[in-house]
Amino acid sequence: MLTVNPQLTADKKLKHLLTTEGLPKKLIEQILETADQFVSVGDREVKKVPLLRGKSVFNLFFENSTRTRTTFEIAAKRLSADVINLNINASSASKGESLLDTIDNLAAMNADMFIVRHAQSGAPHLIAQHVKSGIAVINAGDGRHAHPTQGLLDMYTIRHYKKSFHNLSVAIVGDILHSRVARSGIHALTTLGCPDVRVIGPATLIPTEVSRMGVSVHHDMHRGLEGVDVVMMLRLQNERMSGPLLPSAHEFFKNYGLNAEKLSRAKPDAIVMHPGPMNRGVEIESGIADGRQSVILPQVTFGIAVRMAVMAMVTGN
Amino acid sequence: MKIEIKNGRLIHSTTEPAPSRNENASLYIDNGSIASIGEAPEGFVADKVIDAAGKIVCPGLVDLCARLREPGFEYRATLESEMRAAVAGGVTSLVCPPDTDPVLDEPGLVEMLKRRATMANLARVYPLGALTLGLKGEKLAEMTELHEAGCVGFFQADHPIRDTMVLYRAMQYAATFGYTVWLRPQEAYLAADGIAHDGEVATRLGLAGIPVSAETVAIAAITTLMRETGAKVHLARLSSAAGVDLVRRAKADGLPMTCDVGIHHLLLTDRDIGYFNSQYRFTPPLRSMADRDALSRGLVDNTIDAICSDHTPHDDDAKHVPFGEAEAGATALETLLALTLKWADTQQVPLPFALQKITADPARVVGLNAGQLKVGAPADVCIFNPQAFWVVAGQTLMSQGKNTPYLSCELQGKVTHTLVNGQLVFPG
Repeated sequence: MLTVNPQLTADKKLKHLLTTEGLPKKLIEQILETADQFVSVGDREVKKVPLLRGKSVFNLFFENSTRTRTTFEIAAKRLSADVINLNINASSASKGESLLDTIDNLAAMNADMFIVRHAQSGAPHLIAQHVKSGIAVINAGDGRHAHPTQGLLDMYTIRHYKKSFHNLSVAIVGDILHSRVARSGIHALTTLGCPDVRVIGPATLIPTEVSRMGVSVHHDMHRGLEGVDVVMMLRLQNERMSGPLLPSAHEFFKNYGLNAEKLSRAKPDAIVMHPGPMNRGVEIESGIADGRQSVILPQVTFGIAVRMAVMAMVTGN
Repeated sequence: MKIEIKNGRLIHSTTEPAPSRNENASLYIDNGSIASIGEAPEGFVADKVIDAAGKIVCPGLVDLCARLREPGFEYRATLESEMRAAVAGGVTSLVCPPDTDPVLDEPGLVEMLKRRATMANLARVYPLGALTLGLKGEKLAEMTELHEAGCVGFFQADHPIRDTMVLYRAMQYAATFGYTVWLRPQEAYLAADGIAHDGEVATRLGLAGIPVSAETVAIAAITTLMRETGAKVHLARLSSAAGVDLVRRAKADGLPMTCDVGIHHLLLTDRDIGYFNSQYRFTPPLRSMADRDALSRGLVDNTIDAICSDHTPHDDDAKHVPFGEAEAGATALETLLALTLKWADTQQVPLPFALQKITADPARVVGLNAGQLKVGAPADVCIFNPQAFWVVAGQTLMSQGKNTPYLSCELQGKVTHTLVNGQLVFPG
């Protein structure tokens, strides 16, 4: 069935940001270049530009997340937007209001942009198809599906340290099955021309037919990290640490936790990334998280600039 | 009432001894039955003549799964609206699953449903009783009582029995009395919270997968228990190539098994979900192209006995939610014929054979005296124009449910008349 890419305007400009899948390479590069201009805003004494002055940005978090919500809030405020934070778990949804009714009500308050996090894959698509034109929807994480601003800030970080994607080997390690960060990263990497993307994890945490997304699958982390330029670690949710997917956090760390010994298989100048929040001693050894190869904190800083870039672009700037 | 249907092309195909037909001939109906084919009976004077020139005259369709939503879900649909939808789609016999509210697990409810259906005086309704009380998979329903109230079989609908011992006992008990057990093959734990076929599309969209093994493990368990209990089983809604293979082998071994496939599973795949289009959420899920093609082959070699609509009307709200929260299924009574013709066309299956899969063959599965054009049989007849194009539109669908992936699509093949028991019920 032919479906138009719902996140692009007819002239291929960014209308919503729902997923990194299907974003043209040029557009991703344009987002990264726009972010370049915003990185320095954070270093100024007055950390503000007036691009979104008078615009109302609604942070709609149907799933709790202090960190991501805060980075969006900071990004919007640096663009001079008015930011309204709504923690929907605690309000309408528990009163039985439907998702689209909530959206209609907020749209009636003249919202210009919705930043949406939802436990259901595809919820931001539903909202984007529903809202009237002129309202932008940015996906801040939907189920296992996508977390496109995270994917883009990861690309920004990789580009910052490695300059080009064309000769890179990137390994994504851990719970690929439930990870929207992994999916968004994979699509962005393959679009940007990264020739070698590997996913590493036990078979229980590797999604079916993931190789169709253009990645190779490794179960042995030592071999999987051989010669890579970038190691992207993923967060393992507490509830998945023991049960039918994994026997224990301890055993997960033994097989798939990043330590100095495993990292030594990667290139000496490989960078180590993590979307946060980290489980030290489960996904990653403390010494590595804080070590010279770690770029975990720069990721956070770049994240604000990337989110500013996306917000500026969906509002036509 | 005497009716003559003239100038039409009569098509009737069957695996039974009754002769198949594909000829231009008149059909004479008297007192609810087919009085003659070809030549008018002595002294026959028609009260009504239907000119079927350019049209096909076939047996009324027999649908093995149509949810009428009564009792309990009248906000989604009513018996009246869905029976009107049925006859508008040429469907004259409806087998109804017990997943109503309350569940059809006691004779009083079945009698009420049958009475309501008789009063509506449109299509014929054949309820399936619940196999277990409340479809909970714990205690057996009163099968003999339900059978006497008019149930044609016993079904678990979309609530697979988790406890294999209960399934074993249910099959054993049903076999005692020769009742057919209807089961949708799905292993409850493997399907668990899955919402889409476990494959590339679900991986890409981040939707929890339902593996093919959810179907094959269930079929393997059911066939094993069939051998031990001697139960007759009808498998509802096959979805996978591997499932078709298991049924083919079970039938080759002589097990008393029949099965059906939903019409949408013959035409659509998981790729059609696109960007989370909830109209494409089905139970079982739409699977891969290889699975879809295997289902077609299974129909053609008669491993799969029948096509059904799996008619599932919903109110709009049920689909205007994220994919994972959307209700599964589509309204399909009015599209069953046109979609079956579409399937026949794309697969280059002869029209008589395709029609057999929605008439004589499903009737055989249930043991109904229906689905055939033969002298003496009840005059349940569908007349359709195979050339007519029509657009599926919410305003013109009789069904209260407007949920179909084919909304706004143009389909070929439109029912012009439907007769039940020699009465013209459509157009009403």
